[in-house]
Amino acid sequence: MRPNIKILEDEIKEKVFVEAMEILEEIGFFVENQEAIEILQEAGLNVDVENRRVKLPPDLVKKSLQSAPSSITLFDREGKEVTKLEGDNICFDPGSAALNVLDPETNKIRTAVTKDFIDFTKVVEQLEHIHAQSTAIICSDVPEVVGDRYRLYLALIYSKKPIVTGTFAKESFEVMKDMLIAVRGDEKELKNKPLAIFDACPSPPLKWSNLTCQSIIDCAKYGIPSEFVSMPMTGANAPVTLLGAIVQHAAETLAGLVITQLVSPGAPVIWGGSPAAFDMRKGTMYLASVDTILIDLGYTEIGKYLNLPTHAYLGMSDAKILDMQAGFETGMGTLLAGIKGVNMISGAGMMNFESTQSIQKVVIDNEIAGMTFKFINGIIQRDEPIAKNLLKVFQEKTHLLAHDHTLKWFREELYLPSEVVDRSTKEEWISKGRKSIGDRANEQVKKLLKKYPGVTLDRDILSDISEIIKYKDNDFRSKLDI
Amino acid sequence: MIFTEECKDAILRGNIDQARDLAHKVLDEKLDVNNAIDGFSLAIREAGDLFEEGEFFLPELMRSAEAMKAAMTIFEPVLKERKEDRSLGKIVIGTIEGDIHDIGKTLVAAMLSAEGFEVHDLGADVPISTFIDKALEVDANLICISALLTTTMVGQKKLIDSLKEKNLRDRFKVLIGGAPVSKQWVKEIGADGSAENAVSAVKLAKKLIES
Repeated sequence: MRPNIKILEDEIKEKVFVEAMEILEEIGFFVENQEAIEILQEAGLNVDVENRRVKLPPDLVKKSLQSAPSSITLFDREGKEVTKLEGDNICFDPGSAALNVLDPETNKIRTAVTKDFIDFTKVVEQLEHIHAQSTAIICSDVPEVVGDRYRLYLALIYSKKPIVTGTFAKESFEVMKDMLIAVRGDEKELKNKPLAIFDACPSPPLKWSNLTCQSIIDCAKYGIPSEFVSMPMTGANAPVTLLGAIVQHAAETLAGLVITQLVSPGAPVIWGGSPAAFDMRKGTMYLASVDTILIDLGYTEIGKYLNLPTHAYLGMSDAKILDMQAGFETGMGTLLAGIKGVNMISGAGMMNFESTQSIQKVVIDNEIAGMTFKFINGIIQRDEPIAKNLLKVFQEKTHLLAHDHTLKWFREELYLPSEVVDRSTKEEWISKGRKSIGDRANEQVKKLLKKYPGVTLDRDILSDISEIIKYKDNDFRSKLDI
Repeated sequence: MIFTEECKDAILRGNIDQARDLAHKVLDEKLDVNNAIDGFSLAIREAGDLFEEGEFFLPELMRSAEAMKAAMTIFEPVLKERKEDRSLGKIVIGTIEGDIHDIGKTLVAAMLSAEGFEVHDLGADVPISTFIDKALEVDANLICISALLTTTMVGQKKLIDSLKEKNLRDRFKVLIGGAPVSKQWVKEIGADGSAENAVSAVKLAKKLIES
């Protein structure tokens, strides 16, 4: 039996959905993008062009929901299936677009550069339980305008795993899409075998900005999955009630969904988000709070209720160092997201309000992800009778350690962590230098960097994408360590 | 309850109606307007202190600021008529072009206004030229420019560069704000400062204008 958790009553789910549609019908949403306005007008909607507001009839919302697929399969760079975003399946990817990194040597937060992202990608590539990459770290050593495409360029080169990415400028989509096509072979193949997901964040309350509209329109045209990341902040730009935030999240997400289905019925979309419990003391968006977890699981249930693939930013921390807060926040969020069956769980490695990536933490979080996979497999009956025959063995033996049955099952029945998790005796721990989890993770990072098998991307493709990404006088290929 | 106690009560409870009634009472009964404003000001400062001590939370602080504003709006025409200027200074505030996030900015604007600054809030997605034009128009002391996104943060630098180009840099102090803003960024672009919350932003604004 797969363990599960229920947050909302069924009647409440329908209520949330109906009220979200009422909001879109009566209040409407703000749409900044000209192409989106034209698409909505062509669909016969009455757009208030001056105020850029449009109201959506419930029938159109329902029709759009019918055409949106309930499953998205992600494939790696080689074309191998990685995961199906559907049902209660889960997949982890690191938190994306961090401005800073937690330096593993100094334990201080600093601005990130290309090497940080390359190392991070190499490490994530080898992590067993994190099955997707993300364009995780903003590299301050390249011009800001090409930052988004540059991150995708590096991720494509250093990793085979599918990538969660996104545009930071409208113009970038063309370049990013061309690189993905170059890697996949052609446009049709990219559509058949999605390699990247593009995040698009509506701005609360009920606003779809120029950039994010363009991203979901462009993605819909090419069959690239869009991941909607609505982020209401309780009591600030959204109701303070958790359910109120869930309703607003639904309305914002449905608005985006309608646009994509008008562009191309059947366009793949993910019911995602990064809502936050607004901290009433600091005014910060507390992303790892228990309230945020509740909102996330609640809106995920709405997504499942509407039969859509789901996503959430969970399993990260707002701590600034690798301390107990970093651990409990990450552990709680990851396990609960896993139990809920959030299809794509983003956040591994991330700290400090989605602004700081930690290469040590991503290694630790890989363990939490592994334990979560283990947990949701639940308890399985392997034998009939269950234990009786094995207990008979004790009439002759004092232990089962070398028994066939133990050897057959122990790797599946027990979660076997890496050395990152401390399970040594006190004496051993002292004799090995009293290392903290951060120290042990750092050792693991160094091992993984040494073990990285090297870039395996086809050299012709590497040349192609290096050509595609060329920008003014910048030769990005010279920044690679190959 | 004595009048200043009543002011304090209205502001700390965030009772907008009560604050308004008290202000009307001052005018109707021809009480000393300046004394009344002093009373309200003391109360709003106490709200700020309570916030910094962790007793007050943001919703309470914002509500106090709104109650304060409600009272001041009633006093304003009288002060204008008497040509009395109690304003601590003039501030132009907004969120940079390309960025439609404005929670933080609105919070800071409300606190500045409650403390007695004349605040011109330009809203969100504001072009740099609008900041400068408005600052010139109202003869502002201070420009506050907010950015939430790393992609729009560069607009803060552009504002300062633009002020330099127009030989206006010395005329206005510039405070920058927003989640990605760091002390290093303040230094790099040559801004006059940034603060970690709305209450310290007010303190910083006061300090800058006094200097």
